[in-house]
Amino acid sequence: MLRKYWQNADFSKRDGTNMTNMNQSTDHYFRSLNRNIILIIIIVSVIPLILVSSTIYYQFRVSYHEKVYDHLRELVHSHTQNIDFFLQEKLSDIRFLTDSCGRDLLEDELFLQERLAALQKDFGPDFVDLGVINADGEQIAYAGPFKLAKADYADAEWFRRAIQSEYYISDVFLGLRGLPHFIIAVRNSREDGYWILRSTIDFATFTTLVENIRLGQTGFAVILNNQGQLQTTQITRPSIDIIASKTIYTEFLANPSVPPSEVRITVKSDSSQHENIYVAAFLKNGDWLLVYQQRLVDAFADLNRAFIRTTALMVFGVLGIIIMAVTLSKTIVRRVAKADSEKQMMRKKVVEAGKLASVGELAAGIAHEINNPVAIMVEEAGWMGDLMEEVTFDESENQAEFERAIEQIQTQGKRCKEITYKLLSFARKTDTTVQDVNINELLEELVALSSQRAKYSMVEIRTDFQENLPSLRVSTSELQQVFFNLINNAIDAMDHDGGTLTISSHQSENNLVIAVSDTGKGIPEANLDRIFDPFFTTKPVGKGTGLGLSICYGIIEKMGGKLEVESTVGTGTTFLTSIPFQGDAGRQH
Amino acid sequence: MTSSSKKINFDPVRLLLVDDEKDFVNILSKRIKRRNIEVTKAFSGAEAIQALRGQEFDVAVLDLKMEDMDGIEVLKMLKIMDPRLAVIMLTGHGSAEAAEQGIKLGAFDYLTKPCELEELLEKIMEAYAHRKQVE
Repeated sequence: MLRKYWQNADFSKRDGTNMTNMNQSTDHYFRSLNRNIILIIIIVSVIPLILVSSTIYYQFRVSYHEKVYDHLRELVHSHTQNIDFFLQEKLSDIRFLTDSCGRDLLEDELFLQERLAALQKDFGPDFVDLGVINADGEQIAYAGPFKLAKADYADAEWFRRAIQSEYYISDVFLGLRGLPHFIIAVRNSREDGYWILRSTIDFATFTTLVENIRLGQTGFAVILNNQGQLQTTQITRPSIDIIASKTIYTEFLANPSVPPSEVRITVKSDSSQHENIYVAAFLKNGDWLLVYQQRLVDAFADLNRAFIRTTALMVFGVLGIIIMAVTLSKTIVRRVAKADSEKQMMRKKVVEAGKLASVGELAAGIAHEINNPVAIMVEEAGWMGDLMEEVTFDESENQAEFERAIEQIQTQGKRCKEITYKLLSFARKTDTTVQDVNINELLEELVALSSQRAKYSMVEIRTDFQENLPSLRVSTSELQQVFFNLINNAIDAMDHDGGTLTISSHQSENNLVIAVSDTGKGIPEANLDRIFDPFFTTKPVGKGTGLGLSICYGIIEKMGGKLEVESTVGTGTTFLTSIPFQGDAGRQH
Repeated sequence: MTSSSKKINFDPVRLLLVDDEKDFVNILSKRIKRRNIEVTKAFSGAEAIQALRGQEFDVAVLDLKMEDMDGIEVLKMLKIMDPRLAVIMLTGHGSAEAAEQGIKLGAFDYLTKPCELEELLEKIMEAYAHRKQVE
């Protein structure tokens, strides 16, 4: 991606618009890079996290459901057994009483009361009363808290059922006393026909058997008969709508399970749109149905709590990942951008150097070609000068004019020579002999050399040299050329108006940094990019070659250093030269 | 200048001027001749060698950049033919390496081209004096 970007960017065009376009495309590129890194980190970390967590949660949920269902099934099953056992026990008590005492004894109300008291003593207040009823439904004897002696049960539903079988346990009903209760009746026979010993079972005691089944906030159980009538009181819990659920109960009754003891579980929503678990099992040989019901939310409250906790943890985790992704990506992108801009700088330098080299070769070629004709011209003019010495002109004015013209030709020839000299030194340096150079001494010499010119231009030269700088191992004449150029340029920049020229030197790591600052008019930004280009000059035609700074640039570049410019229009310009000193050159003077 | 030239009038310097730029050689020889130096022109390396065969010279001014032969080759030939010949090389600017090589091969000195006539004359005189000294 980076490489593509490099190929697309056109570095040879360095006008302002192109630069802004390039910056925009760079910005855009880094924004999308940033976005991509963030997305990739998030996707790669969050997706496995979510997959793993949801798989674990799903598996856990399934097994937890099974566990809860098993528990409820077991609960209901054991309770049906308990209730069945309870009923069987009561029944066998009464049967024992019937078989052991016989009707004659039991018809004696005193005896009956004695028996009742004995039963109550043994089993607690489960047995409320006892009564002996003949085949016509008349109560012959009664013992108990109600005044029910001589009561006629001939029309009572339970009596009709009880007289037909050996024993009978009734549904819960109000009966003559007007209170909910149920009856255990045992039929026996005497020579004058069947008789029945019945006992009322305390409803409150019976209800507690079912009330014991309580789980969570909403779990409770009821017993229904096969008509769907409640056989136990319903625990008063305001949140539960029992009447609406009756249809659900009757559904159980309508579809009796094949083995009556089997426990069935369904999940259905009631009229208030709450989902409930219903656990049902038949008891009393399929007459009654024990139904346990609980809100689904309540039954799985632990699971839901765990779910909320895990989700919260995951949300925090994901948030952490996002924050990490954003900061990480920011760091990466910042580094890439830095590397990128460094690369860009490098490339710019390479282009600059390449341009200098090619222009240099061209210039060298031209300079060589021009040298000969110029030399001939100068010599011819010299020859004319030689001849002038012999010839005497009539008019002395003309002679002076000739001499002036010849001199002018020679002067201009010398100027040509200077230009070609500069061009050639730009391509190939004259004195490349490398030696130890004390930069401060060199600068002092140049300052002394320039002081006369500076005085003319009303420029004050200030120097700020760090002492004991290591020496540079470079060519003296080249270095002189560079700083002579920079100092001259600085004075030119302040010409007429005057100002201050500051030359400073100091050591920075392995570099010597020399700054040449003027307080002149500054360089407009449009020109700043081009000042190191060969032949670029803002001076009037004939005043500057446009080679000075590009030569300086070439020289400093060759020394492995850097030549940079900082300029503010109206404030001044600073040329910063930094040249590395290495190896032997690094020793202190 | 003129007075210094006249000093050596009694024993003129014999100069061989080698350069493939004819006009340059022509005008330069005219000017030098005016200063009482005996100048022989050669427009190529081959001509220079030929000229040296027929005559003895004190000093040779040799352009290092010529079309037919490399100036260094010509220098080698000239030095073989007359080891005492003082050769002043004319080099293009920045060809210091070639000039150094020439000096190693026995050339007297070098000047960068284009050079001032006065400079060249001084150098010629130096070379001549040097040759005389060696003799």
